[in-house]
Amino acid sequence: MSATQGPRLAQFKLVLLGESAVGKSSIVHRFVKDSFDDFRESTIGAAFLTQTLKINDNTSVKFEIWDTAGQERYKSLAPMYYRNANAAVVVYDITQSASLERAKVWIKELQRQPNYQDVTIALVGNKLDLEEERQVSEEDAKLLAEQEGLLFFEVSAKSGDGVLNIFQEIAKKLPVEEQLNKIHQKSASKVNLQRPSTNNQTTCCA
Amino acid sequence: MDEEYDVIVLGTGLTECVLSGLLSVEGKKVLHIDRQEYYGGESASLNLQQLYEKFKPGRTPDESLGRSRDWCVDLIPKFLMANGELTNILTHTNVTRYVEFKQIEGSFVYRWDKINKIPANESEAIYSSLIGLFEKRRLRNFLQFVANYREDEVSTHKGFNLDVDTVDDVFNKYGLEEGSKNFIGHAMALYDNDDYLTQPARETIERVMLYAQSVARFGKSPYLYPLYGLGELPQGFSRLSAIYGGTFMLGTPIKEVLYEEDGSFKGVKIEIDGEEHIAKSKQVIADPTYFPDLVKGTSKLIRTISLINNDQLPFRHNENSGQIIITGKETKRTNDIYMALIGAEHKACPPGKSIAICSTIIEGDKPPHIQLETAFGLIKVKSFDHTFMGLSDLFEPLDDGSKNGIFISKSYDATSHFESVTEDIKDIYFRVTGKPLKLTKLEEGEFNATA
Repeated sequence: MSATQGPRLAQFKLVLLGESAVGKSSIVHRFVKDSFDDFRESTIGAAFLTQTLKINDNTSVKFEIWDTAGQERYKSLAPMYYRNANAAVVVYDITQSASLERAKVWIKELQRQPNYQDVTIALVGNKLDLEEERQVSEEDAKLLAEQEGLLFFEVSAKSGDGVLNIFQEIAKKLPVEEQLNKIHQKSASKVNLQRPSTNNQTTCCA
Repeated sequence: MDEEYDVIVLGTGLTECVLSGLLSVEGKKVLHIDRQEYYGGESASLNLQQLYEKFKPGRTPDESLGRSRDWCVDLIPKFLMANGELTNILTHTNVTRYVEFKQIEGSFVYRWDKINKIPANESEAIYSSLIGLFEKRRLRNFLQFVANYREDEVSTHKGFNLDVDTVDDVFNKYGLEEGSKNFIGHAMALYDNDDYLTQPARETIERVMLYAQSVARFGKSPYLYPLYGLGELPQGFSRLSAIYGGTFMLGTPIKEVLYEEDGSFKGVKIEIDGEEHIAKSKQVIADPTYFPDLVKGTSKLIRTISLINNDQLPFRHNENSGQIIITGKETKRTNDIYMALIGAEHKACPPGKSIAICSTIIEGDKPPHIQLETAFGLIKVKSFDHTFMGLSDLFEPLDDGSKNGIFISKSYDATSHFESVTEDIKDIYFRVTGKPLKLTKLEEGEFNATA
């Protein structure tokens, strides 16, 4: 029994946003599996990916990362996608200035969500490995992030540069203690359909 | 974009989205289009702004109702049976990962000018205020018979042949009086008129079983409801479809339906960013609004949505949600009135408020709101400032699509649960694929993003 100070795990929902082909999935795959695939097709078959980051000796943050599953392509992302998101990573491609314009639209969309104030948002310029083809200056994007109150990063999913840092910085901003306290008072009347029988709540490792 | 698909789906109502999801999971190449810019069609949940635009255009919601976005108001009120087929589909496809559910707190029937909790098992029957003392024993015996019935154990059949004996035969054998028959048939077996009494008993017994097992699963009532409204369900299944490769296009009107020379379906012409495209397929699944010439109206339904304060709730034990059935017998009508009451507990509206949706099939020529008088009485609605009324025709397809490849879903009917919707889903699935729907649990790891 380690009742006093066992390991603590706070779970958060993180959603990815951004135009098709800016490398949303590649960033997540670099973070979750530390791999990169030049010919990644649109994501198939995964509800979401998860990755856990340790933030101090006995506390970890578990990211439940939602990919758009291609539904962003024809403006068909469902409102459910944003629902109860704790963090959002808005990705653009530094070699495509149009993709930053699209990122602005996604930021506006996020700002329309009911829980907007509680969402930690990061603006991320991807494809830093293609510096010579750069169309979006770091200053411009940084200015935008400052104006909107967002975290800002430039990364390369291909080389891995800066990717882990995004998630570490987001984790620092998340309301970890609040989330951990919530676990204890979780509303009892929610039902778990995946469990066949009555009230069999798992209450381990909290 | 000019591509060939296995199936094109038009409309994002629940039926269409479930089918889209199931077919994508099987590896079919699905293109899913809706002319509207939001998911759900008739099964959407609207915020206050959208609700007023639809029913009271030109009027702005008054401030006492709070923020528009805090409301998720269903156009069609239905609940899930905890052990029902939609629940089954949700768990097998893991769409439960996207949608959270809570119980509906009570299931009631209107009798003797008040609402009564429906006893779902033998012990509740004993304490029920719904029935007289001597009737309690008879009801208990009947419910015991249903609970113990096993198809392969003849001794549990108590001499009945459920495919021959009628419902009334079984009821009479247990000596049940009219009032008990009425609530078993209408509030447990959930028939909305009395035609079932003369039918073979099997279906009714199965329905009562489903009701009792659903209550047993989580307690309180047999019903579940998703947080943020029923509109979450089509969204959840659309995500399932997208994850397995389905392509989604909202806000995309169909410019033209294309046919082969023999009249069978060939594809659709659509416009994306001002450019015309043709998407081809031999099969199309659509809601009735996409093929108005290929459907017929069956009956007319009235649905009213009232935004009320919690002190207008008719419950006696502080329940915050519930279903009330006012059987036709109580109001000298043929068809029942269904009331669904939902509140902040299910994140459908701000605290202190509730949503009451009443529906019934229109009978005769009395004005619709008079037909629902008893229901409005229960929730103390006198002025209709915060009540929205809609009449809808129920449509069904003229033919089964086997010749032209056009498979049209039925309109969402008056029943208060999803069992008839899932029947339609299974039926269309069978006609589209040529095989019955067999659900197998999807085992998706969290790391299998690479196909």
